[in-house]
Amino acid sequence: MSDALTAPAADAAGARPGEPIIRFRDVTKVFRTGSEVRAVDGVTLDVLAGEVFGVIGYSGAGKSTLVRLVNALETATSGTIEVDGTTVTDLPEARLRPVRARIGMIFQQFNLLGSRTVAGNVAYPLRVAGWPRARREARVAELLEFVGIADKARSYPSRLSGGQKQRVGIARALAADPRILLADEATSALDPETTQDVLALLRRVNRELGVTVVIITHEMDVVRTTCDRVAVMEHGKVVETGDVYDVFANPRQPVTRRFVETALRDRPGPDVVARLRTRHPGRMVVVGVDEQTGSSARVTQTLRTHGVDGTIVYGGITEVASRPYGSLTFELVGDGDRIARVVAELESYTDVVDLGTAEEPRDDASSEEVVR
Amino acid sequence: MTWDQLEPLLWTALGETLQMVLTAMVVGGFFGLLLGIGLYVARPGNLLQSRALFVVINVLINLVRPIPFIIFLAALGPLTRIVVGTTIGTPAVTFAMCVMTSFVFARIVEQNLVSLDPGMIEAARAMGASPWRIIVTVLVPEALAPLILGFTFLFIGVLDMSAVAGYVGGGGLGDLAIVYGYQQYNWVVTYVVVLVIVVLAQLAQLLGNLLARKALHR
Repeated sequence: MSDALTAPAADAAGARPGEPIIRFRDVTKVFRTGSEVRAVDGVTLDVLAGEVFGVIGYSGAGKSTLVRLVNALETATSGTIEVDGTTVTDLPEARLRPVRARIGMIFQQFNLLGSRTVAGNVAYPLRVAGWPRARREARVAELLEFVGIADKARSYPSRLSGGQKQRVGIARALAADPRILLADEATSALDPETTQDVLALLRRVNRELGVTVVIITHEMDVVRTTCDRVAVMEHGKVVETGDVYDVFANPRQPVTRRFVETALRDRPGPDVVARLRTRHPGRMVVVGVDEQTGSSARVTQTLRTHGVDGTIVYGGITEVASRPYGSLTFELVGDGDRIARVVAELESYTDVVDLGTAEEPRDDASSEEVVR
Repeated sequence: MTWDQLEPLLWTALGETLQMVLTAMVVGGFFGLLLGIGLYVARPGNLLQSRALFVVINVLINLVRPIPFIIFLAALGPLTRIVVGTTIGTPAVTFAMCVMTSFVFARIVEQNLVSLDPGMIEAARAMGASPWRIIVTVLVPEALAPLILGFTFLFIGVLDMSAVAGYVGGGGLGDLAIVYGYQQYNWVVTYVVVLVIVVLAQLAQLLGNLLARKALHR
């Protein structure tokens, strides 16, 4: 894969990195087909220029509708949406077309034109934009090189694998130098390995071309590996927004907790704890591991200082937004007082769930709330 | 009747049939495509939604299509007189065939467009394409293979329509089969005509399949 793609010229009028490039202000979208459905309900949200922004939610949460409001494929029922300085909620259909042309979009089902070759698909938005043939061909070649499928230029989409199709989709979405790329469940139809390839490509699009990327997904793993900030949607509302790391480390809403748990199964549930007790009758504690604890270095140090043995019986550490995050469950073996001092010290710098011993169990009775 | 007597009649009839059928295919195909696309894009929630246009085209199609062609031919008489100048002969039949073909094909076109993946249209909209551009560069090319097959299917129906031309003084294979075959109890003539029609239909289907396969890009 080459990185021959020329970055779009900095737009003098547009939002600078870190400034809002998409602003939702109290946006509501109501569908009236038989019964009334509030797909998006009073959303106020800023997406910052230069970031990878995730929108996560279960199907039907309204995230696909939300992203379609950005390029006005759906029109808002009320509220305003500003995209790179243009209030799209004010514009009639004909004046929206140039705005849309500056916003790339990729789809779960790729939506490639089956009657055109790979090159023809990537050239399509350039034809719409009225580029002359020579410039168009040069640009197509450059884009196919960038996404790594230059050898497929003359193939038809039906001959490509899912990952290759999405690469074509990305090349096509980038063709007209967009400042924003909307990815609607772009990896949901792909296998795990291909998903990682496509996410890495989206990261490159963001880093090398400075394109703001909005990723719609129902997979917390996508958010964990790829996004800078995230909004969690439920029933048309944004229930939680923040830096991905903060949301993982401190999820405030039940729906967010459920998503976080799907990305990292590091904490034992009640049934796991019950099984662990039969094998490890001693005192068990779940110790949170994050940037502050320097992975588990500080925990190890605490154990050593107090002369207590810790056996790791469960846990997991992963990267969230490129920072360590997770938890380890230890069985602590040693003198009772020393163990108490260890637990106290651990509690002073990280979150600890004391599960007690097999004889005197603690905390695992009320399952979810305690364990997370 | 000997083959020497039948042969020139057969060639003339074949020529008349081809003239009627091909005219109806070209004219009806053109207007049918327009009407079908119009019906599709006028649908509620579609590219150029228009309730009025949708209802008008839809009612027209539903009105015309179920009428048996021989009755339609008679019923269209006043309009045929205005347009063609006469209500009898091959030109009058051809006109009626063009009209009927337009409506029949319109429905076939619409059905094929409806089954198209709306995601492609959404993608084109997201790239800033205008509705007209989408119709010409997405709708028609993407539905081309089924449209070709639908058009081929139409050929048989149009051939069928041409068979009743004799009732209003037109010619063609149908007239030949009825006048020289059926009415004179000449089974040989009837079956020769049947054979020619079958060959025609086969050739059309063969060509249609070939073109559709080329259009599929698989």
